[in-house]
Amino acid sequence: MRRVLLAGLSGLLMAIGLGAAGLTNPSRIVGFLDFAGHWDATALLVMLSAAGVFAIGYRFYVKHARQSGQAAVQTPRTRIDLPLVVGSLMFGVGWGLSGLCPGPALVSIVGGATSVVVFGVCMMAGMAVHGLLRRTP
Amino acid sequence: MSDLRVVPALLGGGLVGVGLLLALWASQRVVGVSGIVGGLWRPRPGDAAWRVAFLIGLLAGGTLLLLFAPATLRFDVDRSLPALAVSGLLVGFGTRLGNGCTSGHGVCGLAQLSPRSLVAMLCFVGAGAATVFAVEHLMAGRI
Repeated sequence: MRRVLLAGLSGLLMAIGLGAAGLTNPSRIVGFLDFAGHWDATALLVMLSAAGVFAIGYRFYVKHARQSGQAAVQTPRTRIDLPLVVGSLMFGVGWGLSGLCPGPALVSIVGGATSVVVFGVCMMAGMAVHGLLRRTP
Repeated sequence: MSDLRVVPALLGGGLVGVGLLLALWASQRVVGVSGIVGGLWRPRPGDAAWRVAFLIGLLAGGTLLLLFAPATLRFDVDRSLPALAVSGLLVGFGTRLGNGCTSGHGVCGLAQLSPRSLVAMLCFVGAGAATVFAVEHLMAGRI
């Protein structure tokens, strides 16, 4: 139950944070990626601020988990391989096309704009296709 | 393009960071949005509820924004529906194949200076910048 509440609060805070920062407007993302035009630093500031907070909190969390004898945090993968590169390139093309990535898209889908709904449905379909391909030899 | 608002960007980013820490606490692993939501596809037993709760939290936050700051949800770029459909498919498939999106690689990975995440970021920012260059400057924003 506790992890469900934590996860719910996590989603809520992320949504409000993205909205407050302005990143739910895709023009901010297109502006951030438009190095040849009027470059917008908003997304970079958001990323750096979030990473700073996460870095500090992560240290406390790991230390606390160790002291309380909890199972250590599962360490993420470290290998740099082809799926990482190809997947990230595909994501980048999609991101640049619309200015939407998973977080902001799922937040703004409640606005009901056809554009975001079409994107959201196709994004979930893309995730499902990956799930299908991975599990069938 | 609107002007840079530094304080909201830093505060909003801070909230995103706290949100991702709570997700770490809930799941005991480093996760971002695409990993949490993508993991809903055939999850392991007992591994779905917190993911659904996260998604509900995102939607609830979106609802608050819609009620109190509707301008934040404005879709303010001009893109055709086929372009949006292709974009969605690429984002969905690509983030799963590459194991992360802007929150996982971009925030959590950057925070840990993970070489894997830095490579992922170079790839998606590079590909995103190339795409925006093509769309905005070669096609005059019409796609």
